[in-house]
Amino acid sequence: MSAASGGRRRREPSKIPYYVILVILALFALGPLVVVVFNSLKTNAEIGRNPLGPPLSPVFQNFPDAWTQGDFSTTMVNSTILTLGTIIGVSVIAATGAYAMARLDLPGADAILLYLWVASAVPFQLFLVPLFFLWTNLELTNTRFGLILIYWAIFSPLATLLLRSYLVGLPRDFEDAARIDGANELQVLTRVVLPLSWPGLLTVALISGVGAWNEFFFAITFIQDNNLKPVTTSFLAFQSNFSQDWGLTSAAAIFIILPIAILFLFLQRRFISGITAGGLKG
Amino acid sequence: MEQGAVKTPRAGGLKRRRRLTAWLFMVPLLVVNVLVILGPAVATVYFSFTEWSGIGPAEFVGLENYRDLLADESFWQAMWHNVVWTILFLTVPIAMGLLGAFLLSQIRRFQLFFRIAYFIPYVVASVVNCALWQNILDPERGIGSSLASIGFPFLDGVSFFGNTRLALPSVAFVNNWAWWGFILLLFLTALQSVDQELYDAAKIDGAGRWQQFLNVTLPGIRPTFIFVVLLTIINSLLVFDYVFIITRGGPAGASEVVGTLMWKEAFERFEAGYASAMGLGLSFISGVIVLVFIFLRRRGWEF
Repeated sequence: MSAASGGRRRREPSKIPYYVILVILALFALGPLVVVVFNSLKTNAEIGRNPLGPPLSPVFQNFPDAWTQGDFSTTMVNSTILTLGTIIGVSVIAATGAYAMARLDLPGADAILLYLWVASAVPFQLFLVPLFFLWTNLELTNTRFGLILIYWAIFSPLATLLLRSYLVGLPRDFEDAARIDGANELQVLTRVVLPLSWPGLLTVALISGVGAWNEFFFAITFIQDNNLKPVTTSFLAFQSNFSQDWGLTSAAAIFIILPIAILFLFLQRRFISGITAGGLKG
Repeated sequence: MEQGAVKTPRAGGLKRRRRLTAWLFMVPLLVVNVLVILGPAVATVYFSFTEWSGIGPAEFVGLENYRDLLADESFWQAMWHNVVWTILFLTVPIAMGLLGAFLLSQIRRFQLFFRIAYFIPYVVASVVNCALWQNILDPERGIGSSLASIGFPFLDGVSFFGNTRLALPSVAFVNNWAWWGFILLLFLTALQSVDQELYDAAKIDGAGRWQQFLNVTLPGIRPTFIFVVLLTIINSLLVFDYVFIITRGGPAGASEVVGTLMWKEAFERFEAGYASAMGLGLSFISGVIVLVFIFLRRRGWEF
């Protein structure tokens, strides 16, 4: 017995080459982000001498400077409103829609399912131009709500599909008990189903929240007013104004990354599995 | 008997009420989707047959936009760039993702660390990714000059984004940096569901690492592989962010893709009708590709 397992171990190839390649790939993935952290801690003079290496005399002045000159006190509020508005709206839309499809015997559910698959993969080129002029006529361009409304529409199909498949897997016993007790469907949804389906809801919130925080295309198309811009499009303008000041732009970049990074630290595994589940929207 | 007669209309009413409730619950989803996606998508079809600046009335011109599109050299150049982009993304990130996922599936220690490391670039905003690579690839202060200072001058002074031949692959490189880790994790999820006993059986049959990969790994992740290929093609047709942020399609159209070209037609040259035709053409192509995949699948084609 022990001879057999010893023989197997001898044939087992060494894992060291695996680790070497994996480490190289990790350096490729993380290296540029490390450089950003380094540069945010350098003066411009030091970046001139040492553009990519670690800071020899770290300074923190770039952070307050970038915050005021990049007007982050305004854009952070904008991005927060956009993100929270998106999360809340998409969660409500997806929860009601998924509940109707999974539990309420919606007539035509198959057709809607097909529509949601198509809509979650539909190219923005297909609806962008008329949407922009519709929004102009409705005076929704240059408003945060107008952008949130678009995010609701583009994130909700996938969110509904994910939540629906989650609800289908939940047992119905508690719901039926609540119905017998005289609860209406809205009460069943909010008091019984949603508390049970929080992992699905969390996934939906993560995907739509990270999506909204990082979103660039609709933000640059629909919001020109500097006071309403989110951090992403505002950063682009900031970067072209201070293109030579890497310390400043690196500090600004860190402000944008930080909320996502903190979320990541708290949720780790769920963060990865949740976002890969929603990977249809690359 | 009598009770049954009373009960039936009541049950029918209940069923109707239940259906009404179901539709009420669908209202938010349907309203925003019709308003933002479906309605404008249908309008795109109409506007693609018009001469329209975006303001004021649209003039019906029949197929003129499509005739112009077929004769538009900048459109075909952009389309070609999309094809190049697709080829790059069908090879580099898929190869890197497969390699990384396979190695990662074979180890136990530090697995979570590697997964996090590879995943992070994917969740960093595109503007930030572009900015940090613009700094690293800067011709004067970037990696080229750093390498030159330690004796490797071959990249010194190379303007990755300013050179007409390098701009497109350089932008694709930056986009790939943010993308391949995500592909890796999709492959990894698929790999972990491959039966470990198949590997053991292959080892007993004397299969080497490469043979294990070809005969066990690849067949095991076939559905994910097909999905990734489809996802890559569609995303490559629609690419916008990285090109727009880094080069705006320049220099001299050297990195222009249909996504950015269409945006410029609509919002800089105010050719909304023409842009609609372009958008519809692009959506049509991606729709056809999806349909081909679905068709092949229905026909039971061995992927």
